[in-house]
Amino acid sequence: MPARALRGAWLGLVGPAALVAVWAIVASLRLFPESLFPTPLAVARGLGIELRSGRLWDDVVASLFRVLTGFLLAVALGVPAGLAVGRSRWAREAFLPLVNFFRSLSPLAWIPFAILWLGIGDPPAIFLIFMAAFFPVVLSTGAAVASIPSVYFRVARDLGLQGSERLWQVTLPAIAPQVITTLRVTAGLSWLVVVAAEMIAGRDGLGFAVWDARNGLRIDLLAANMVVIGVIGVALDLLLMGLTRIPSVRWGYER
Amino acid sequence: MSAPLLRFERVRAGFGSLEVLRDVDLEVHAGEFVALVGPSGCGKTTILNLASGWLAPSGGRVERASRVRMVFQQDGLFPWRTVAENVRLGLRHVADEAERARREAEFLALVDLAPFAGHYPHQLSGGMRQRAELARALAGDTGLLLMDEPFSSLDYLARLRMRAELARLLTEQPRTVVLVTHDIEEAAQLADRVLVLSERPARIRDEVRLQAPRPRAATDPDVVRAVHHILTLLGLESDREAPALAPVEVP
Ligand SMILES: Nc1ncnc2c1ncn2[C@@H]1O[C@H](COP(=O)(O)OP(=O)(O)OP(=O)(O)O)[C@@H](O)[C@H]1O
Ligand SMILES: [Mg+2]
Repeated sequence: MPARALRGAWLGLVGPAALVAVWAIVASLRLFPESLFPTPLAVARGLGIELRSGRLWDDVVASLFRVLTGFLLAVALGVPAGLAVGRSRWAREAFLPLVNFFRSLSPLAWIPFAILWLGIGDPPAIFLIFMAAFFPVVLSTGAAVASIPSVYFRVARDLGLQGSERLWQVTLPAIAPQVITTLRVTAGLSWLVVVAAEMIAGRDGLGFAVWDARNGLRIDLLAANMVVIGVIGVALDLLLMGLTRIPSVRWGYER
Repeated sequence: MSAPLLRFERVRAGFGSLEVLRDVDLEVHAGEFVALVGPSGCGKTTILNLASGWLAPSGGRVERASRVRMVFQQDGLFPWRTVAENVRLGLRHVADEAERARREAEFLALVDLAPFAGHYPHQLSGGMRQRAELARALAGDTGLLLMDEPFSSLDYLARLRMRAELARLLTEQPRTVVLVTHDIEEAAQLADRVLVLSERPARIRDEVRLQAPRPRAATDPDVVRAVHHILTLLGLESDREAPALAPVEVP
């Protein structure tokens, strides 16, 4: 297994290596002015500059803090809300249209209000991430709860599992695989949103760094920050994918 | 005779305007194995749901003098728990940790699943899952087991094997059982009494008693006779003596 994982990791580098090669060739052909199309080398140097100045690290920390706070808040409130909505037909009919409305509303549309209400910095970004992640979490948790086969609840009843025992030993494990999939999707969504939020309502963070580099016409720094954003996005997904390897949720992915 | 573990008294049940059961009387005593057979859709599952308390009757009374446990046709095992953890759930009533571990091992061995204790249900075959389900149900302190076509998803040979397995388990861990099945041979081989239900609205049309002691072979004369009798009641075989083997004519 480790051998296969290692080979997977190596194969995963083939695509990026090919991309950089093509990029270097196109750049060396000088089809575009260098002020519009940076070479890989310039971007690597830009990355070095950002790293040495310590700014990159500060921006990464700022963005990750916002994403984690907003995302965890959305999960902490969204999963219980989804449980409530999924459990009762009444709650489903009353609230699902509303949840669907907000889910369909691009979180970026909230940016003006976020700034008006919360100014700039951490609060508006966290608010926007929350708005992006909360509703999908409610919706898919609710759907997962509503589709738990009733046979599990009958067995629970026979076995005398009630109340919180039933919640922790039946309901939550039964929806875990679906919830983990949703966490992966919404974490990715949160990472998209934080960049947009920081471009407009930030004074730091990776999104602001992109905006700042553009204003300073430093396309090398601009591209360097883009590379960092993409790499962190991939890392976040890999981290959450680790949850799918927990033995007690494998059943949800192997049927 | 002692008071019955389960008693239906003029029980009626229906869904909306659909009348499913009409005046069903039924008594199941401790240690008995009762099988229910009847046409599809006549109300057999409904009877088990009433017996377990999952459904309430619309008329009459259902009394049960014991905790019940249902064994389902589809997977009732929790897929997020290993086989051993599922069986341990059945032992929740056992307070002592060491005793619980001992019984868990005992029941896993009883259904030949000890080597698969750490496996998850999706890593087992259909027959192994049914055996694990049986172990979990038998591990309970329940006096009354309700089984709804527990083996119908298995192929014929696996079904024969599970039948023998259940008969063997019941000699080691006697329980009172109500079994619903489409398989008349299965009913006749396993049960002390086979109740034949009518078309919907279902009543108990007939009762066939088997005298031969359990466990018995599928080819036991008593079983063969009961099968013939039940098939005749269901209009699937004409009521004549079982044909003697005619000599084959060689042209
Ligand atoms: N939840 C339900 N809602 C409405 N009607 C139901 C419900 N459950 C069962 N019925 C109806 O009650 C009748 C009896 O159903 P039941 O499941 O008891 O039949 P059965 O004898 O177990 O059939 P089978 O042998 O096919 O399993 C059927 O006609 C069915 O349509
Ligand atoms: Mg049925």
